[in-house]
Amino acid sequence: MLTICKRLFAVLFFIVAGFSAFASEEHAEAAHGEKKGFNASEVIFGHIGDNHDWHFFDWNGHPVSMPLPVIVYHPQKGLSVFSSARFHHGHESYEGYALNEKNKIVSEDGVAIKDFSITKNVTSMLISVILLLLIMTSVAKKYKKNGAMKAPSGFQNALEPVIVFVRDEVAKPNLGHKYMRYMPLLLTVFFFIWINNLLGLLPGGANFTGNIAVTAALSLISFIVIVFSGNKHFWGHLFNPPGVPFGIKLLLVPIEIISLFIKPIALMIRLFANILAGHIIILSVISMIFIFGALNAYAGWGFVPVSLAFAIFMFFLELLVAAIQAFIFTNLTAVFIGQAIEEAHHHDHEHEEYHAKHPITGQGYNVSEQEIIA
Amino acid sequence: MDLLIPDLGLFFWTLLAFLVVLFILKKFAWGPIVKALQERESGIADSIAAAEKVKAEMQQMQAQNESLLIQAREERTQMLKEAKETKDRIINEAKEQAKTEANKILEDTRLQIERQKMAAMTEVKNEIGNLAVEVAEKILRKQLAGQEAQQGFVQMLADEIKLN
Repeated sequence: MLTICKRLFAVLFFIVAGFSAFASEEHAEAAHGEKKGFNASEVIFGHIGDNHDWHFFDWNGHPVSMPLPVIVYHPQKGLSVFSSARFHHGHESYEGYALNEKNKIVSEDGVAIKDFSITKNVTSMLISVILLLLIMTSVAKKYKKNGAMKAPSGFQNALEPVIVFVRDEVAKPNLGHKYMRYMPLLLTVFFFIWINNLLGLLPGGANFTGNIAVTAALSLISFIVIVFSGNKHFWGHLFNPPGVPFGIKLLLVPIEIISLFIKPIALMIRLFANILAGHIIILSVISMIFIFGALNAYAGWGFVPVSLAFAIFMFFLELLVAAIQAFIFTNLTAVFIGQAIEEAHHHDHEHEEYHAKHPITGQGYNVSEQEIIA
Repeated sequence: MDLLIPDLGLFFWTLLAFLVVLFILKKFAWGPIVKALQERESGIADSIAAAEKVKAEMQQMQAQNESLLIQAREERTQMLKEAKETKDRIINEAKEQAKTEANKILEDTRLQIERQKMAAMTEVKNEIGNLAVEVAEKILRKQLAGQEAQQGFVQMLADEIKLN
């Protein structure tokens, strides 16, 4: 395995070193014809952003894409619904709306509009939702039909370990005996994120979970659940930590309140950044072929195996990341809910003594919490 | 920086879709699945516990059977021993009894024979005595028909007595 890796790197260095000479020659030529060059950042950002049509590929310079419904709300004109095909890929405006250079719909009269369009990401999500509902209800039907005591079969068999994993490794250790209340939420979060991560990996797929609006919505749900399941013990420790001197309380309480909001924000950014980074890396590695191809056709073809090897490696890594990120989001949601529903333990009556004797341990607890967020 | 600004539309649709999925799946999928899993687990645990219980019961029964068997065997041996003893005793007793009985019978018989022999002897003696008397009487009557014969006989008798 090590020798293969070494060889791979040797080939890579050979190719990079070999073609750097070509590159410097071609550079002068590229300066003349700027259009000829391949704009990788445009391709990459075009993919990872949201779009009003689902672009598959270009054919003879014409984009082949599926138009999607546009739903905009104008404060004066009200709601308008039309197909994104009316924009003719941003070349024309329709009913006073046009696409700007960032692919966003703007009103030509300059009024701020609300855009509720079914974009590429929303379409991808709807597909995932249909898949999720079909898969899960069919599996549930099997459980109902076969009864509890029959061994699982087919897709039921594939999903059961995952469901049991979420229950035994995520819900039970973090939520204790109240875990049954939160199982539907945790399972839905896990499978929703997972299936969308996987759909995003398909060629031509949308960068759904790598969009901050999506992760913001998901973490908002986590935040609401955390806040609404917080018990007296939780709020008491948040706003009035027992056994802490008044001066430290002035410092500690704001930090605790900020940490309450940081938790869902960390959830939001972690998922968004991980998936976004994966998409960017895969696209960059693929784009390398065309970057080298724009310099020299031989260089482009020569880079294909290297690029493919990296892309395949990244795809496998992203398959792992898809599951891991879904697990982390679910697990941290469970951890935060667990903190919110934690009952006052019997150590509560010795709390004051505990803090009086070891003021450092209170700090240590906060540090570990920060580590969890990080 | 565009990437870090959430779109309202996508945010709204995601929130809506997620909540719809959550409620549908909660009602139609997670409920039955989690319940079935729990039922299966408790069913398996119950089955194992029941099997364990049956096993323990079986073991207990086996031990009981074994002890019963040992007891039965002991009883049988005891009974056989007792029977043998009883048999021996009965045989011995019977032998003893038979022996004494036989001895008694023999004794009785001997006594009876003795007695009868004695009686017969006496009778024979008496008969012989009578016969002798009769014969003697007849002889005497015939011989002693005359006076002088009688006298002569008496004389002879008297002589004989002297000789004895």
